Amino acid sequence: MFASPAFARVLSWAAVFLLPVPLLRAQEKPYFVTYSTDLEEPGNLEIALKGLTASPKDANAFFSPTMELEYGATAWWTTEVYAQGQATDNDSTVFTGFRFENRFRPLPREYFVTPVLYVEYESVSRADKSILEVTGHDGISSFQVNNSQSHPIVEHSLESKLILSSNFKGWNVSENFIAEKNLSNEPWEFGYSLGAARPLTLVASSQRCTFCLQNFDAGAELYGGLGTRYSFGLAQTSQYAGPVFDFRTPAGVTYSFSPQFGLNDNSIGTLWRFKISYEVQQIRDLFKSPSKRNAQ
Amino acid sequence: MKMRMLLVAAAAILYSSSSLLMAEADGKWLARVPDEDKARVNPLAGQAKAAAAGKIIFEENCARCHGVDANGLHNRPSLRSERVRHATDGQLAWMLRNGNPYKGMPPWNSLPEQQRWQVITYLRTLPPAGAAGGKP
Ligand code: HEC
Repeated sequence: MFASPAFARVLSWAAVFLLPVPLLRAQEKPYFVTYSTDLEEPGNLEIALKGLTASPKDANAFFSPTMELEYGATAWWTTEVYAQGQATDNDSTVFTGFRFENRFRPLPREYFVTPVLYVEYESVSRADKSILEVTGHDGISSFQVNNSQSHPIVEHSLESKLILSSNFKGWNVSENFIAEKNLSNEPWEFGYSLGAARPLTLVASSQRCTFCLQNFDAGAELYGGLGTRYSFGLAQTSQYAGPVFDFRTPAGVTYSFSPQFGLNDNSIGTLWRFKISYEVQQIRDLFKSPSKRNAQ
Repeated sequence: MKMRMLLVAAAAILYSSSSLLMAEADGKWLARVPDEDKARVNPLAGQAKAAAAGKIIFEENCARCHGVDANGLHNRPSLRSERVRHATDGQLAWMLRNGNPYKGMPPWNSLPEQQRWQVITYLRTLPPAGAAGGKP
């Protein structure tokens, strides 16, 4: 089922993050590719490790970890850096690059459909296997190339997303539209992602509990490429869908998991995704003096 | 070199974002609440169980900014003030749904509506600012 050596690596990464951390929980959605309009709380720093393992057809199994640091600069602006790499069986382990991302909430209140704007700069080698999003004609063929051939080619691109979310009777429904431009002379590439999720119960328990239903979310996501400016559409793109789950422990760590399935021949059969995250609450207050406390 | 630039950028973000939060809360948001929202009734008002659940939600999500005792912290307002006590449940529900992002209060739309009502039920059990019984 799992690409076993790669899976062992996932477990060893996970073990580091399973150490108990005395922090509080984050309210976030279980999606892996789709963004909801929830921004990071101002003053909070989220540290997350995302992992993806898969065994593509006619290619070696791999594991791709991505480290994320996300900071709530204000209640309308979240800024984030990513560092990522991959390890491929019968091949090598490489650091594939970094991304710098910003999300902005342009409107001062919530609507039935609330927008958030996203801009990202990325400097990532062609050996990248993180599949943080799918755009253009991304497909299985790039996973069939050896690291020694793909890794030396570094792509610098700008990516923008329009993120829309609605919250309705406990459900969150989010839609993302992606436009990406490789800064060398390549056409605009497009992609999309859709997600829907809700907590298993909407009413919080009146007792402290670890395994009560309000701490679990479940849902699904669907995403894929939409071709380029010159060849817009679904032809020769890859498409994935799968259920998503997460569990927020009162100790502060959130675990997310999703098996995702390729919907056409140009996609990898199954992607196994994991995420472990925790939030350092109000890290900014550590820089403030206690005398500024405003007890009215 | 790249590393140093990143560090300078990080420090600038940290600094500028904290100065954006310095303004004192002034209650101007109350004027933006539409009448129909203002008139909404808390379906869980006065229920002890809802207040107990609300206390846990408050401690997990609100206390780090408004203080464990809800008396305010670092320029973020007290939730035991005259202003909050006089606001209707509907006005508080509007504030929790929308937040006031340009003044540092995040929207709590990500919490299901029932949980937002549970927190409001809890806020109503708090004694007025300065009264005994709330301070740690
Ligand atoms: C990131 C810090 C932060 C968190 C977390 C936070 N708040 Fe706030 N809150 C603020 C700030 C800053 C203001 C002042 C906004 C303004 O100036 O109008 C505020 C204002 C309010 C007000 C209006 C008070 C007034 O006097 O005008 C209420 C009510 C409130 N918050 C409730 C809550 C509740 C309930 C929670 C938890 C679910 C919460 N807040 C979580 C920062 C926060």
